[in-house]
Amino acid sequence: MAAAQTGDRVAYETLLRDCVSFIVSVARRQGVPSDRTDDVVQEVLLTVHRARATYDPRRSFNVWLGVIVERRAIDMLRQIHRRGAREVHSPLAYESHADEAVDLSAGIEHKEKVDRIGAALAELPRRQREAVHHLMLDEKSLADAAELTGRSKGSLKVNLHRALNALRLKMDRGD
Amino acid sequence: MDGSNDHLISALAADLQPVRPLPPPALRTLFWLILVAAVAAALATFADVAGMWHRMTAVPDMWLAGLGSIATMATAAFAAFEVSLPDRSRAWALLPLPTVALWVGASGLGCMRAFVLPDTHIAAIGETRDCLLFIIGLSVPLSVALIVMLRRAYSLAPPLTAAMVGLASAAAAATLLNFFHPFDASATDLAVHAVAVVIVVAAARALGSRMLENSLAGRVTIPPAGSN
Repeated sequence: MAAAQTGDRVAYETLLRDCVSFIVSVARRQGVPSDRTDDVVQEVLLTVHRARATYDPRRSFNVWLGVIVERRAIDMLRQIHRRGAREVHSPLAYESHADEAVDLSAGIEHKEKVDRIGAALAELPRRQREAVHHLMLDEKSLADAAELTGRSKGSLKVNLHRALNALRLKMDRGD
Repeated sequence: MDGSNDHLISALAADLQPVRPLPPPALRTLFWLILVAAVAAALATFADVAGMWHRMTAVPDMWLAGLGSIATMATAAFAAFEVSLPDRSRAWALLPLPTVALWVGASGLGCMRAFVLPDTHIAAIGETRDCLLFIIGLSVPLSVALIVMLRRAYSLAPPLTAAMVGLASAAAAATLLNFFHPFDASATDLAVHAVAVVIVVAAARALGSRMLENSLAGRVTIPPAGSN
């Protein structure tokens, strides 16, 4: 640590790596659960870094580090205790909680509308149905649709226009 | 080793700058006391030092109260420097308690005498207000000086450290008030002193701890994982 205080990065990195197992053992002894020891390790490493000027090279490094780990472990235990008192871990309750913003009837209405359009479409003459299918539902260009059906563009346009009029009439009547 | 620890260690090593180890707390306390002594010397040029000396030596409770406030100033400053180090016990904060007891106890005795001796000069309301403003006004620069001296440390208990800063500064200001305090302590006067000290300690605890925390924040920038 004395070398780290003079700016020796290699010595510092080696020291920090060597500290990790010591920090873990002290944190476990303090009663920190194993899934939270990594948090303590990181807090301690940051504290060591920020507080490195406070280390007195004439004193024991292990004692200095040990006290910091104990303090950080206690902070972590307090945090766990606070969170445990305020929050409940219940993934099933979370999953099965009803979303009040959802309109349950909207899905049924949408399905009914789709069925009605489907039925109205099925009643149209074949040429008109083809025009709606290619140009509207498949979103093909007029040229592609003409090539597929072997009909002229003008014929397709006329059939689409008639089909849409017929569908509009049917939907307005509520068939 | 866990990948995130590995990443953090590399980032910290990359951020490493040489630092000068802090001098021992006793030495740093001495620096601050020298600053207070310099302020005292400056104030003494305006004060009636002979009169003050006469008042202080006339009755034992006066010099005992002065001794108590001086000792509180020194012990609280030393405690502030001790608890600002992450590995030191927080029990250091108990160090000023005996001296505070001496200070308050001796001042209380002076206040009792005011009842026994009818011709003792009792402070008027205007004078007590001046005492309050003097203690608070002088505590501010002394607290700021202490906090500046503490900025290089890393307290794991900033509110406790800041409260010690407030106590040391308030005790110093109350000690220096003796230069301009041509009357004995009455119950109201003592209460005003106590209120001033409590205000300074509370304000230092609230504002000082934030200043100490700010001085620690943002010293390291950790790049996001996977950037190196």
